[in-house]
Amino acid sequence: MALDKATVARIAALARIKLPPSEQEPLARELSAILGWIEQLGEVDTAGIEPMSSGAALRLPMREDEITDGDCRDKILVNAPAAERGFFTVPKVVE
Amino acid sequence: MAALVEGRTGAWEVVIGLEVHAQIISRAKLFSGAATAFGAEPNTQVSTVDAAFPGMLPVINRHCVEQAVRTGLGLDAEINLVSVFDRKNYFYADLPAGYQISQYSRPIVGKGKLSLDLPDGSSREIGITRLHLEQDAGKSLHDQHPTLTYVDLNRAGVALMEIVSEPDIRSAEEAGAYLRKLRSILRYLGTCDGNMEEGSLRCDCNVSVRRPGAALGTRCEIKNVNSIRFVMQAIEYEARRQIEVIEEGGTVKQETRLFDAGRGVTRPMRSKEEAHDYRYFPDPDLLPLTLDPAWVEGLRRALPELPDAKKARFIAAYKLSPNDAGVLVGEQSSADYFEMVAKGRDPKLAANWVMVELYGVLNRLGLGIERPPVSAAALGELIDLIVDGTLSGRLAKDVFAAMVETGKSAAALVEERGLKQVTDSAAIAGAIDAILAAEAGKVAEYRAGKEKLFGYFVGQVMKATGGKANPALVNEALRRKLAG
Repeated sequence: MALDKATVARIAALARIKLPPSEQEPLARELSAILGWIEQLGEVDTAGIEPMSSGAALRLPMREDEITDGDCRDKILVNAPAAERGFFTVPKVVE
Repeated sequence: MAALVEGRTGAWEVVIGLEVHAQIISRAKLFSGAATAFGAEPNTQVSTVDAAFPGMLPVINRHCVEQAVRTGLGLDAEINLVSVFDRKNYFYADLPAGYQISQYSRPIVGKGKLSLDLPDGSSREIGITRLHLEQDAGKSLHDQHPTLTYVDLNRAGVALMEIVSEPDIRSAEEAGAYLRKLRSILRYLGTCDGNMEEGSLRCDCNVSVRRPGAALGTRCEIKNVNSIRFVMQAIEYEARRQIEVIEEGGTVKQETRLFDAGRGVTRPMRSKEEAHDYRYFPDPDLLPLTLDPAWVEGLRRALPELPDAKKARFIAAYKLSPNDAGVLVGEQSSADYFEMVAKGRDPKLAANWVMVELYGVLNRLGLGIERPPVSAAALGELIDLIVDGTLSGRLAKDVFAAMVETGKSAAALVEERGLKQVTDSAAIAGAIDAILAAEAGKVAEYRAGKEKLFGYFVGQVMKATGGKANPALVNEALRRKLAG
């Protein structure tokens, strides 16, 4: 599977990664090579095998419905670039 | 029969599908141990998992899974014994991880159905496409500061069920009926409190129009409508708008719109459609969710009696009309209240007192039936006093009003205020004689054939006895004396 420049630019925009136009072509080449390498898996015959979404043969662990966490606002806000009156603050985003 | 909308160029059919986000009732969040209570101080119910600190791992809340399965069972839906959590990727200030953990291709609940109760007493089935589990996002406040948006993550990570209907709904009224029914089922199950003001239940509406029987038209999605009334208004407006666009030679553009409740209109959201490329993929932090069939069966057996079954039972056991039964089963608590009043009494009389007098008082005082001003037992005693002849229906209404006011029992009020109905024939006869003597002219008119004066005499006798005379006895004695 080959990625073109336009697709790379679109993925970058969706991921909020700033990508100078000069880097689009080389990145498209690199990503295409990675996808091509992974596509080798397509050679394995998987007919009749259930698709899997995890490689671990474990059951999903569960927690009980108990309040065991939270109430630690200072810890939550300590790394925030900006906070005010107990809220995170960001430049105004209005729809 | 689908309701059609008349346009300038002919009839149109409106096609509606609803996506409801229902907040699950749980103490802790879907993937963390932080609390979920509404209205806490900002960011005090946030764990490092909810704030997406590096290296934090989600661990699913068993109770939330159970709530989703019970809801699925209540909607008569397939329960998928294996389901998968996916990441839905988008950027917004109140989504700390840059993705929402949701379910995409393999939801926990598959196809189900919901039966709509229509105003004419009939019902219609609406298909449920799926129900999946997902996290809620945080809350952005745009009006607290001139240049900043404030973000509160208390809601981030709270468990939601997204319940998607088939495009089977054909009018704003049906959409309203669907939401009321869904809300009722969720509240019976105790899986969501259905409180739209607090955002526990939110609705996205997919609306399109077509000529009757034609292929589906292009749809618009109206996001995040937060009351049943607004859902109905938004659909009415949007259907009209689309019909006008088409009738004027235009085409409907597929887009996301917002409902402006103040102006009663929908308008397009400004964000680009490209933002809706969510690039779902299985969340590598979570294994597939597998359910034990015996556990699911246990949940099925423990389900409460749901509104449809209860309604059918009320009609069969109490001989109520479908409409009365439908009103009484809308809330579990009103159904329970009715059953307590009706126990050992005339169910029709009990239903009337609950639906007319009690509901009237609840509406007037703005109270819910969970905390009634008159208990079911106390209302039952009042009804007993009507049936045994102590109180006339009219006096009983006065006593009921006094019960609401004072909290005293019906028997105590009757005693205290001397309201006991006069059933003493001699006393009634005395009152009648006095009236007939004083109204000799009218008596003569009556006897000359002006029979409608009878009601006048009854009224005078009731007035003379302070409304306490037994009306049946008054009628009988009066007839006898006027004839004689």
